[in-house]
Amino acid sequence: MNRYWREARLWLVAIPVLLWTLLPIYHIFLFSISTKDSAFSGALWPDHPTLRNFGTVFRQEHFYLHHFWEQIWNSLWIACAVGVLTLFIATCAAFAISRIKVRGGRTVMNAALFTYFIPAAFLAVPMYKAMGTYGLLNSRWSLVLAMVTLASPYAIWVLKQASDKLPWELDEAARIDGATPLQLFRLVYLPLMTPSLVAIGTYALLLAWNEYLYAFLLLSHENTIPLAVGLGHFLASDDSPWELLMATALIYAAPPAAIYYAFRRYMVGGLTAGAVKS
Amino acid sequence: MAAVDIAVPGGNRALTPISPPKRRLSWQTWGVIMLAPYVLVFLVFVLYPVSYGLWLARHPASYQTLFDDPVFFRTVVNTIVFLLVAVNVKFMLALFLSGFFVHERAWIRWLSVIFIIPWAVPAIPTIFSIRFMLNPEWGLINSVIFRLTAQDGPNWLNNPSLALTMAMVVHIWKALPFWTLILMAGRLAIPRELYEASSVDGASAWQKFKFVTWPSIRTLYLTSTLLSMIWTLGDFNSVYLLTGGGPADLTHVLATLGIRYIRLDQVDQAMATIVVALPFVLPLVYFMMKRLSANE
Repeated sequence: MNRYWREARLWLVAIPVLLWTLLPIYHIFLFSISTKDSAFSGALWPDHPTLRNFGTVFRQEHFYLHHFWEQIWNSLWIACAVGVLTLFIATCAAFAISRIKVRGGRTVMNAALFTYFIPAAFLAVPMYKAMGTYGLLNSRWSLVLAMVTLASPYAIWVLKQASDKLPWELDEAARIDGATPLQLFRLVYLPLMTPSLVAIGTYALLLAWNEYLYAFLLLSHENTIPLAVGLGHFLASDDSPWELLMATALIYAAPPAAIYYAFRRYMVGGLTAGAVKS
Repeated sequence: MAAVDIAVPGGNRALTPISPPKRRLSWQTWGVIMLAPYVLVFLVFVLYPVSYGLWLARHPASYQTLFDDPVFFRTVVNTIVFLLVAVNVKFMLALFLSGFFVHERAWIRWLSVIFIIPWAVPAIPTIFSIRFMLNPEWGLINSVIFRLTAQDGPNWLNNPSLALTMAMVVHIWKALPFWTLILMAGRLAIPRELYEASSVDGASAWQKFKFVTWPSIRTLYLTSTLLSMIWTLGDFNSVYLLTGGGPADLTHVLATLGIRYIRLDQVDQAMATIVVALPFVLPLVYFMMKRLSANE
């Protein structure tokens, strides 16, 4: 009896958690397969589920969707650029700080941590102003560089934590053999760090793909905005086609979710370990 | 000995340097070169913008205008309420749910995979989805309320307190999985023997929590709460995408107010808004940096 009661109590927690988690997601899905009429009827399941909304989106057959493919390309381009650049910058920095023990490395690490802890929305204001000074506003590079700035501190921190754990004997052996720092980096360090590198690359990629605030501050030109900002445009009027917005939103949300779950093995271990240490 | 076989060819190659040792760059030089890209990013996109921003915020007149703006006072109150209520409710839920998710059942592992979704998907789609759900006329929530009670539900986003509450709900929905994971990791690090020993001594579930779990994860809980407060202060999406700061600019928080001033082309004002928050943010940042450095 006691055992059944304990199981029942677990289910009593599980069911609200499941509903709470999935309701907004289900609602996106529900809207995206509804016709305009049934979307606004408040039904829990449409009378005639349809995939027509997705066709409309793919053929760009609505005022808000005229640049759909261009925007998705921008999102992809920006996310990949941020992933590659962050990975390069952070790996080099972590190697210099952790393995070469370069003078001033600690100061740089502190500067990076400081950037990590400053709320991103606060940094957005001076960043916007500076991008204007640099003449980068409305160029995709402004968003790429801003996101690299936001992603690298955490990337460096996690990679430094991971590389501190590598055995120091490897470096000594390499130095005795007369290896150059670049050889050590390429032949020893990178292969050993691969799992962390995958996690960090994915982290930066997703951060950039998902970003809204910086994207809408820095880019406003029809041809440069990523899909996130394009979705935001739907709110410009009250009678927007919500069912099309939700279909587009589903297309926008699917890739990051898929990537996250594909690399979950690396992500959970690699990222939460460094996030907060007790 | 396989290890030696592998080591020797590499070693031989390295023993015959192509260039004389003198012309090689030293390790420290390479360190500086490899650190340079990040230092450059920091100088150009953090240090310069922040210094420039602080310089823009030097006029006392900006603060005068800011304090005279009726929206500002409301914003400060909203921000404090948001920080205290949303962060603490989120952490109590995370503490509770982390205790649920550490149960060893196959189906709970599956549930935890689903539970991560809000954190894994981008903010816009889900927040818009919640926004439509809350529409007073055709939203899902009010339709259900009408079907169950035959009465109209509240006008969720048109009432400032309700709208701010909903923004907090959105924030919690989005951030809860991450912090639950963190606290779960903390709980899993507690040695099992402690629980077994307390079971033998006849401890109740509450006593186990009070004397074993809580002392072990208290530091993690407090550190995480502080860190979450800093980040929640910068949570722009939950408020902006749900309410847009409305109705009548009554649900702004500092993060959205700063951006609002930018959109109105008042950058000095926007910077002043942020400077006002710094006395609160900087001690927290300092504390967090000390914590992380202490761990090395």
